[in-house]
Amino acid sequence: MSSSTLRGLLLISLAVLTSGCSTVVLSPAGDVARQQAHLVVASTVLMLLIIVPVMVLTGVFAWRYRASNQAAKYEPDWNHSTSLELVIWSAPLLIIIALGALTWIATHTLDPFRPVSRVSATQPLQAEVKPLRVQAVALDWKWLFIYPDYGIATVNEMAAPVDRPIDIQITSSTVMNAFYVPALAGMIYAMPAMETQLHAVINKPGNYEGFSANYSGAGFSGMRFRFYGVSDGEFDAWIKKAKDAGGQLSRDAYLALEKPSEREPVRRYAEVMPGLYDAIVNLCVSPGKMCQKDMAAIDARGGLGLAGVYNVARLAYDKPRTRGEIGGPQSYVLAMCAPDDVTASAPAFKPVLSAATSAKTR
Amino acid sequence: MHDQTPLMHTLFGRLTWDAVPLHEPILLWTFVVVALVGGSLLAAITYHGKWGYLWREWFTSVDHKKIGIMYIVLAVVMLLRGFADALMMRLQQAMAFGDSMGYLPPHHYDQIFTAHGVIMIFFVAMPLVVGLMNVVVPLQIGARDVAFPFLNNFSFWMTVAGAVLVMMSLFVGEFARTGWLAYPPLSGPAYSPDVGVDYYIWSLQIAGVGTLLSGVNFIVTIVKMRAPGMTLMKMPVFTWTALCTNVLIVAAFPVLTAVLALLSMDRYVGTNFFSNDFGGNAMMYVNLIWIWGHPEVYILILPVFGVFSEVVSTFCGKRLFGYTSMVYATVVITILSYLVWLHHFFTMGSGASVNSFFGITTMIISIPTGAKMFNWLFTMYRGRIRFEVPMLWTMGFMFTFVIGGMTGVLLAVPPADFVLHNSLFLIAHFHNVIIGGVLFGAFAAINFWFPKAMGFRLEPFWGKVSFWFWLSGFWFAFTPLYILGLMGVTRRLSHFDDPSLQIWFQIAAFGAFLVLLGILAFLMQLFVSFRNRDQLRDTTGDPWNGRTLEWSTSSPAPAYNFAFTPVVHDQDAWADMKQRGYTRPTQGYLPIHMPKNTPAGIVLAGFAMTCGFALIWQIWWLAIAAFVSMVASAIIHTFNRDRDFYIQPDEVAQVEAERTRLLAQAQG
Repeated sequence: MSSSTLRGLLLISLAVLTSGCSTVVLSPAGDVARQQAHLVVASTVLMLLIIVPVMVLTGVFAWRYRASNQAAKYEPDWNHSTSLELVIWSAPLLIIIALGALTWIATHTLDPFRPVSRVSATQPLQAEVKPLRVQAVALDWKWLFIYPDYGIATVNEMAAPVDRPIDIQITSSTVMNAFYVPALAGMIYAMPAMETQLHAVINKPGNYEGFSANYSGAGFSGMRFRFYGVSDGEFDAWIKKAKDAGGQLSRDAYLALEKPSEREPVRRYAEVMPGLYDAIVNLCVSPGKMCQKDMAAIDARGGLGLAGVYNVARLAYDKPRTRGEIGGPQSYVLAMCAPDDVTASAPAFKPVLSAATSAKTR
Repeated sequence: MHDQTPLMHTLFGRLTWDAVPLHEPILLWTFVVVALVGGSLLAAITYHGKWGYLWREWFTSVDHKKIGIMYIVLAVVMLLRGFADALMMRLQQAMAFGDSMGYLPPHHYDQIFTAHGVIMIFFVAMPLVVGLMNVVVPLQIGARDVAFPFLNNFSFWMTVAGAVLVMMSLFVGEFARTGWLAYPPLSGPAYSPDVGVDYYIWSLQIAGVGTLLSGVNFIVTIVKMRAPGMTLMKMPVFTWTALCTNVLIVAAFPVLTAVLALLSMDRYVGTNFFSNDFGGNAMMYVNLIWIWGHPEVYILILPVFGVFSEVVSTFCGKRLFGYTSMVYATVVITILSYLVWLHHFFTMGSGASVNSFFGITTMIISIPTGAKMFNWLFTMYRGRIRFEVPMLWTMGFMFTFVIGGMTGVLLAVPPADFVLHNSLFLIAHFHNVIIGGVLFGAFAAINFWFPKAMGFRLEPFWGKVSFWFWLSGFWFAFTPLYILGLMGVTRRLSHFDDPSLQIWFQIAAFGAFLVLLGILAFLMQLFVSFRNRDQLRDTTGDPWNGRTLEWSTSSPAPAYNFAFTPVVHDQDAWADMKQRGYTRPTQGYLPIHMPKNTPAGIVLAGFAMTCGFALIWQIWWLAIAAFVSMVASAIIHTFNRDRDFYIQPDEVAQVEAERTRLLAQAQG
């Protein structure tokens, strides 16, 4: 089959699939999602090359060799044919070789961690354009977007100028979620204490849907946001709207915001505490908590040995955020003592103790 | 837990009257119905004085055929529960648009989709597959029973114990609200502090012991107990697939046990394997659970590939095309199934090279699977196809499964998966292969081997009605889900904002209703067949002109299966025997060594279930007591030397004389 027929088939099936209902996955507005949609269609067509003959043959054989058709040939002992076996194994093999090559290339070019290499099929990337940086945090159950270059933050609303690459850093505050704007690009998980990344670009202005695509608990169904593809002028106005709204996303404001809530209205913050996103990823927004990266640095140097137990309360993250009552009293290891220590008091423990108590009472 | 005295807390742990959902009308009515149906069933058994019969002939039985039937009964009962969950979900999703929140709050809806997944995989699909292997494998290899008959009974009751715990969560406490694989941190103690995840953990752990032991049992049975002459390459294909499945079980289930044990340590003793605290990492759990989870898919599908092979060659009246390549395809799938687990979470952010490696290994599995499909196709070629009910299911499978396979390979392309992962497209895909593959295969198998297990055929009219409702219901229910997935709709939502989606959910709900009719028709088929069992009786033992050894003995097979161990010369041993004009020996019987029934299995599983229940509710004294009793009973059981008996030659002669009479009657 020549490549032009293949492309023709591809276009026809694309047209059939996209007509009638608005299948955003197959006709998205962002270049990355569009390439992914093409891959969906190309792989399907490639596989139909073998699926269709199998289905037709199944139907033909079932009809032709039905028991009532005594005219058909009957060979009860025919059970082997080397040439047929060769075809049976090599036909799917050839298709998988083609699909595998396609997969290898596309997986690398469309890797979400890799900056986009073009704005769209017809528009190359200008060297001087800097990508728009966004930090997306999945909270229970809403989305926080921090725009570090503009110093603003929004809840449940995200905007980006058309044709400007977007670099989204993604994390979560408590459990796993997935950041997904079908019109823009494929999804990537949002995970606590970790950061994932998504590079994308939106090519058409519009108001698109975004949501969490990984179940995260009771408020999951309402964990939706709007994503606006806008012109540069409109984007500046959108930033200004946040600036005008006033208010700072401080440590305390974040801790109040991250408490579970459902179907939050859009919120805007004119200012964001510097380093907030970094503290969110490292689970140390709450005062008195040790950041994960500091713990990792200590551990990388061999840890603190037995003295490490004094950090227990400072590293506890989940327990204060519990979604219900944990059975039994909560307890932390605050100190360990050898028999020799029993008589001697240890004043150094005291500050640790008070920090732990405050964490407990929250 | 709230205003409990210390004494009550010691006695009942977390269990209080609050745990009984009297305030939830849906659950209350469910309970009333279950109590009425269950009560009348128990009353009927008591009235007819059948308890002794059930206890002696079934519950304590170590006969593989009876255990197999009990497994399938368990699967059908649990199918009703799992399908009720499915109907509730379809109804909720068809209703909950815009201002309407539907009739299920998230708290209830989230338990339902979790329970649906857990029940359908662990307590429907697994018992179906294990039950079929129990009924068929020993007969197919010419053995008298499995290698460890008591262990088999114990495995069954452990599976039941797990199922009972899941059912108990309906009326005492609640089930997990985490999705069927319970990813942490959501399933950890902080975000799921109630008993739901504990029900999940202990029901799977207890049932998992049963599954693992039956895996060991079948490997030994197949490797060591084949009839003389049955070399590996003369083994029937179903037995081959059973062997591969059990290898998968033995290698995969310990991983599940381990990962659930780690999760329970997080929940019970405050470790931090998968929590956010102290550098715990949930990604470890996701990897481990899928290292079990992907082979699990093949554990379910391989045996039904075997079923289709047997059915196609029998109803086409032909040797299976490409036996050798079928066997190699099965073995290749077995090995490859361990190298693909990461395709369940391409979106977790592995690098492009890792993602494409796992994507490509996944695609490679479609090559042997495709070869199998072609082998069935060319078995039909130049055959004489009788479209009996098992063959209908097989045809339904061939048309349905290829689409599911295709969408599966599509999802194996990582960038394509990025836009379809966790969407309803994914839901449609795996139902396409599990319903279109495993369930259709199980129905083919039930219709095919029913006469062998029960002694009479299933009535074909209701079987065909059931088939057509299932097939059309499946496509009505899941085509809209494929389309919704392409519209970017994700899974596990209990409410939607976009009203234009509603029509698709309504079509899907209609499909689910058709499937309901299919299930009812199947129950009707069982009922009608039982009522007309005398007309449907199989006196020959070979109602389909079968090709493998199970058809050489009577239907139902006698307790000892074969009066004389058959000698095998060919792949299709029974077809070969018939062709060579085999005559059944009618004298010279020897005493047959048989295992004795024992109540140890049901007792041990009872203690295990009690221990699980106590651990869920943190009733420590009861957990310790049940565990100690379980270990003690196991030790006491080892001192029971009265485990076997001989069926005397005159008794064998009597049974075989009756068979001779029936055979003569069938011919005359």
